[in-house]
Amino acid sequence: MERPLTQHLRADKRPLSLKEYEKVGGYEALRKILKGMTPKAVQEVVKDSHLRGRGGAGFATGLKWSFVPMDGQKPKYLIANADEMEPGTFKDRILLEETPHQLIEGMIVSAYAIQADQSFVFLRWAYKVAAREIEKAIHEAYEAGYLGKNILGSGYDLDMHLHTGVGRYMCGEETALLNSLEGKRATPRAKPPFPQISGLFGKPTIVNNVETLCNIPHIINKGPDWFKALSRTGDSGTKIYGVSGKVKKPGAWELPMGVTMRELIEEYAGGMQDGLKFRGALPGGASTDFLVEEHLDVKLDYANVAAAGSRLGTGTLIILDDKTCPVGFVQNLEHFFAQESCGFCTPCREGLPWVAKILLSLEKGEGTEEDLGLLDFHTKYLGPGNTFCALAPGAMEPLQSALKYFRKDFEEHVHEQCCPWKENEARMRDPRFIKEALQAVGNR
Amino acid sequence: MATLYIDNKPYEVKAGKNLLETCLGLGLDLPYFCWHPSLGSVGACRQCAIKVFKDETDTRGRIVMACMEPVADKQRISIAHPDAVEFRANVIESLMTNHPHDCAVCDEGGSCHLQDMTVMSGHNYRRFRYNKRTFQNQDLGPFINHEMNRCITCYRCVRFYRDYAGGRDLNAFASRSNVYFGREEDGPLESEFSGNLAEICPTGVFTDKTLKEHYTRKWDLTMAPSVCQHCSLGCNTIAGERYGELRMIANRYNGEVNGYFLCDRGRFGYEFTNSDLRIRQPFISKFPVTKQQVLAEVATDIKKGKVIGIGSPRASLQSNFALKQLVGADRFFHGVSDNDHNIADLIVKILKEGPIRVASMHDVQQADAVLILGEDLTNTAPMLALAVRQAVKQQPMKKLAKANIPAWHDAAAKELLQDEKGPLFIASINTTKLDDVATATYHAAPDDIARFGFAIASCLDRSVPSVSNLPGELQSLAQRIADALSNAERPVIISGASSQTQSVIRAAANVAWALHKKNKNTGLAYTLAECNSMGLALMGGHRLNSAFDAVMNGHADTVIVMENDLYRHGKAADVDAFLNKAKKVIVFDHIVHRTVEKAHVVLPAGAFSESDGIVVNNEGRAQRYFQVYECHEPIQESWRWIVDISKFENNVGMGWEHFEGLTRTIAEAEPLLRDINRVSPPASYRIAGQKIPREPHRYSGRTAMLANINVSEPKPPVDPDSPLSYTMEGYKGLPPSSAIPFFWTPGWNSVQSVNKYQEEIGGSLKGGDPGIRLIEPNLKSTLSYFTELPEPFVPMKDHLWTVPLFHIFGSEELSVLGDAVAKRAPQHYIMINALDAAEQKLSENQELAFDVEGQLYRLPVKISTTLPKGLAGLPYGLPGLPNVELPAWLIYKK
Repeated sequence: MERPLTQHLRADKRPLSLKEYEKVGGYEALRKILKGMTPKAVQEVVKDSHLRGRGGAGFATGLKWSFVPMDGQKPKYLIANADEMEPGTFKDRILLEETPHQLIEGMIVSAYAIQADQSFVFLRWAYKVAAREIEKAIHEAYEAGYLGKNILGSGYDLDMHLHTGVGRYMCGEETALLNSLEGKRATPRAKPPFPQISGLFGKPTIVNNVETLCNIPHIINKGPDWFKALSRTGDSGTKIYGVSGKVKKPGAWELPMGVTMRELIEEYAGGMQDGLKFRGALPGGASTDFLVEEHLDVKLDYANVAAAGSRLGTGTLIILDDKTCPVGFVQNLEHFFAQESCGFCTPCREGLPWVAKILLSLEKGEGTEEDLGLLDFHTKYLGPGNTFCALAPGAMEPLQSALKYFRKDFEEHVHEQCCPWKENEARMRDPRFIKEALQAVGNR
Repeated sequence: MATLYIDNKPYEVKAGKNLLETCLGLGLDLPYFCWHPSLGSVGACRQCAIKVFKDETDTRGRIVMACMEPVADKQRISIAHPDAVEFRANVIESLMTNHPHDCAVCDEGGSCHLQDMTVMSGHNYRRFRYNKRTFQNQDLGPFINHEMNRCITCYRCVRFYRDYAGGRDLNAFASRSNVYFGREEDGPLESEFSGNLAEICPTGVFTDKTLKEHYTRKWDLTMAPSVCQHCSLGCNTIAGERYGELRMIANRYNGEVNGYFLCDRGRFGYEFTNSDLRIRQPFISKFPVTKQQVLAEVATDIKKGKVIGIGSPRASLQSNFALKQLVGADRFFHGVSDNDHNIADLIVKILKEGPIRVASMHDVQQADAVLILGEDLTNTAPMLALAVRQAVKQQPMKKLAKANIPAWHDAAAKELLQDEKGPLFIASINTTKLDDVATATYHAAPDDIARFGFAIASCLDRSVPSVSNLPGELQSLAQRIADALSNAERPVIISGASSQTQSVIRAAANVAWALHKKNKNTGLAYTLAECNSMGLALMGGHRLNSAFDAVMNGHADTVIVMENDLYRHGKAADVDAFLNKAKKVIVFDHIVHRTVEKAHVVLPAGAFSESDGIVVNNEGRAQRYFQVYECHEPIQESWRWIVDISKFENNVGMGWEHFEGLTRTIAEAEPLLRDINRVSPPASYRIAGQKIPREPHRYSGRTAMLANINVSEPKPPVDPDSPLSYTMEGYKGLPPSSAIPFFWTPGWNSVQSVNKYQEEIGGSLKGGDPGIRLIEPNLKSTLSYFTELPEPFVPMKDHLWTVPLFHIFGSEELSVLGDAVAKRAPQHYIMINALDAAEQKLSENQELAFDVEGQLYRLPVKISTTLPKGLAGLPYGLPGLPNVELPAWLIYKK
């Protein structure tokens, strides 16, 4: 099985130095395009590869690039979205910390394809190791002439900067990222105009996810057909899948696009921890709909996950087991989303805290029948098109699917006026209960 | 044009606009918060949701925000679709989760956009059962009250304050449901336009603090259309009264003049009308007397004495003319300094005889290149500065079409254009607040500014005399400015009276005329000193110094001074001598000042809020202000005193009785004012047989207000001067545009109801914007360029050339008498350049004794690095600071 993105990871997690990276074929893609490919030709290859954005939305990368005006205007920007803040998602982190040159090469090739002359890595504030490694790698790339003026004698110029955010989920949304990078409030922008026309500082801009960019050198080196063949399904390439939750071996693995959830959990994550049963999973980070047992054999690619009623998103599963309260699980997420709302549009700003408060009430045993109706209501009210950006609709995905698949649990919270899980927990800690339980055992 | 189907009904609408303003323009009700006609769309509040359908067969449609969607031909939309109706109610429900239920004690209640939209959206049942978030409020200074808990986070405050008005100290802080709009720390809002927050804010976060001092609900106010009295721009206002006190000034939309906004001097300067300094009864030799006594006294004085009359640039045409008629044209004097008189005459000559149409404030806003010569607009004509701030956006906006971004798509437009500014060049004595958006600035002495202007004109047209010895750098700047102006489609040149230097005004005319030869769209605007300086100049009269001479020479012995403090217009010593020499000094005014104190006879005149009158603004636009409330006996308009005096004297009167007859007489007698008859509808005007009520139909307490005096409801006063009634009864529909006492339409109690009064949203009022322009250009003008080029300014040893420095709060006579404005006025000072200070070994705040034209001063020094060397800046008009005619030389005293 080919793992182009992660093939050079080392057990000690040390990234390849520039020299080491070059030794394994690093910067060959860059040399190749500078030697004889026009920007349009690079775009065509990427278009032909059917690479889709790995940040979550799955938009065709080549198509995205094709909207950038190629009329020689400057400046133009290429930005790596490394603000990986989707809960449960840590796939870009691996690439950032352990393969910085792969990212940088991908960025230079991509920048060349749209003829950008400025590039930024917009990095999540908490990724300190990544910041160090990227900074070092950018420096090495400048030294080696891969960045700066007249790259490898081609006449092509590109500068690259590392920008570390301050830790707002909103900045992962590309237009809010642009505002933040400009020093403005991290609120999203209306589209159109798209960043390709009016992006950073009002200039043509492409924002791509880290994993997306890391694929680019390989596509250039080996061609679109090779890339398509990596996949088991119609969506081409590999994907870095992750699993978190109460499995035996949580982690992330680069696998062919289209592995099933069952394979991922059982073969790679070592199955559920002993005594726990799989109840459901968010397939692509916190802002995707639950998939449940019936979906275990769904192929994890864009089309199949969508057909199952969710989104591939970032491809990093968060597992819900049968000893974890689904209401508490969702409450945690909605609290996060309410905290991370930028406060720009009304439904998101006011709706998410309401949802989070209701869920907390349920957990505290103060829920009512009306609360369930209000949760249902919000999943529609905060739906796509109603809010300014996709944050709130995304936040509603785990909620609406939890209400669908785990309705009984929600109802139990209301009827029993407590969280059954916490009630269990509390009872377990109650000495009188333990005594009674022991007596019961003894009596038998 | 496009055909738009709204709920299956076809409408012919303008293409290119957004659906929200299109719907509102059609008179349909669609709620909104974050959108504002002058701020554009950002799509934040989600309140204006409608349904858009693909075609006739599409029944599901999709929800879109009307403010963010452009009109498309044959488009089908629905406002009434149940999904859209429900969504809009849901948005209100969201906003209400945190909004306090304090309408009953909220200043905004009754004129609250949020209330209106809540009712319109139909949300009424509270499902949110948690606590509301609360904030700490800030002290934002004397003008604006802060109550953050009421905030619905529409972002309009910061978008107006920062993006539109260029302020910096109000900002959005924090995020999520905790966004806070305020300053980094407590302190007065720095922008000169902060008062507009009270109208921009859709609820009660930012409210008028001066109104709070004597709070009244909007529906309980008696209101009338008024015109701002605090500078020459003539912004339209609504003035509201209760219990005989003026309580509030609000914006009155006029598309050609002030649009949606007012400056803080205009909004908060009204407090002088309630001041303890008001003259409320007649006095003879400082003793209070009755109306009959004072009439007898004055009638006798006039019969016996050799009378002259001194008018005022802050009194109406009516009062000035009545005085002129009473004393005779050859005995009527303008009550302004000779320099101001000459400047006003020069400006009238340039505008009347030249080929260029005077630029209105709206024209200035639309200008794509602006040159300002000698004016610190923020301090002399604040709203014009706000207009210039919009003008610098015009040229960059041309790029929007190429990127397919409509101009109303505010956030996207700002993003594309970034901080790009169109050409704005400012030549002024010192730095101005507009410098931050200027392409280039030049700070110099007035004569040097004039020379620079001549140089620009000469670059535009070689037949303008060129300026020799101009430093190379300045010459190339002049060329650059000439090029920028030539390349513009709608350039505007702005200058005015505040530099008190005629050559600056001539230079501006030369530039404008030279430009006009190339581009017939060139605009020219001059600011003047006071609200009716232009009207007075159009009326004609003699110079103040000749009045002084007449008395000193014995040609006159009785002086009538009307609504004028001569100490603001003449040198103290001259005025003293004049008033001492005159046998009888009779003063009509509403406020006590030094001239009043010297008067033998004082007659209480009505302030603007108690008067009817017409004033002419800097554009030559004659505009009427209406009496808001009946004067307390015996206060009355100066012109009414005059008719009473004349009746007392000869039983014949003046030939006119009321406002209308007087106005007709003026129009017949004064050729330049012949059109003022058309300024407002006649007193006999009725709609469906009804008058226009000054009071909203919800006005309360009228049977109770005076019950402590008489339990019978008094008969409402009769207004012989206008078609406005002093009651709540009358025509409820739209009045003529010049006579709108307040904005209200069913369902729209807040000022946002102005949408319904406009031809199109943000355009002119239905029936045309108020005011009659009296000055139209002479297209066959034969006026040739001015050739009087001043000598360059040369500093003189041990002397400083002293120029006036203006302050929005402090320099204007009346507004500074109110508490709120007074709190923002600066202390007395003399400003000098750091090099001059070093030469004289002066440090900041050190007291400097000096003499200007024989007037002695001792003032703390303010050191500036931007005021040119050799100049001194003396703040203009501050209370207690003696007046002297500037510019003039300052001599240091030991």
